[in-house]
Amino acid sequence: MRAAITTRPLDVAALLAEVADASCGAAILFVGTVRDMNDGRAVTGIEYSAYEAMAEREMRAIVHEAAEQFATDHVVIEHRLGALELGEASVAIAIAHPRRSGAYDASRFVIEELKRRVPIWKREAYADGTREWVDPSGANRGQHT
Amino acid sequence: MTVTALLFASYADVLGRTSIDLTLAPGATVADALANIRALPGGDQLPPQPLMAVNLVYARGSHALKNGDELAVIPPVAGG
Repeated sequence: MRAAITTRPLDVAALLAEVADASCGAAILFVGTVRDMNDGRAVTGIEYSAYEAMAEREMRAIVHEAAEQFATDHVVIEHRLGALELGEASVAIAIAHPRRSGAYDASRFVIEELKRRVPIWKREAYADGTREWVDPSGANRGQHT
Repeated sequence: MTVTALLFASYADVLGRTSIDLTLAPGATVADALANIRALPGGDQLPPQPLMAVNLVYARGSHALKNGDELAVIPPVAGG
């Protein structure tokens, strides 16, 4: 089990290798990447920032909750910070499990919990030169910075 | 007592800084600290009840602060 924040490009193949285990008949890799469009606007890149100490603490808690809930110790998550270009990986979750259903369920649990509670923020840069903090709750939609 | 308040992302932008040292009365709560922050220039742009954390753990407004605590005002999270 491991959770980490990094500014370096994510090596997703290494994460999959890290969780591999002979007791596991299924391994699953989720990779979140920078998309070129959001809410109808052309995106040119995303800058990620975090409350790093708390983010790593929450990510470790999520990994432990997933391990307990889905009965596997083979759970790794990494999140990248800094300026990312289109197509680059911002988050990667690798899980190995004896059975595929457990692998899929644990992977979904980890990404949904991360999006719900880990203090990480992203500021999108748009083709028109503007930048904006992304607010998935929609409360501050339209606020430009 | 003194509490350090950390600001991030859009909240750091509206207040023009990333941390504030708050001097609070003994027994002050997270809500009391937030009221002090909201009284600063730009503070009125914070939502009435933002996410807050004390010493890296999410906390309610009624949470009593201690001298030296690290308080964080957390904008809507957007990881992934």
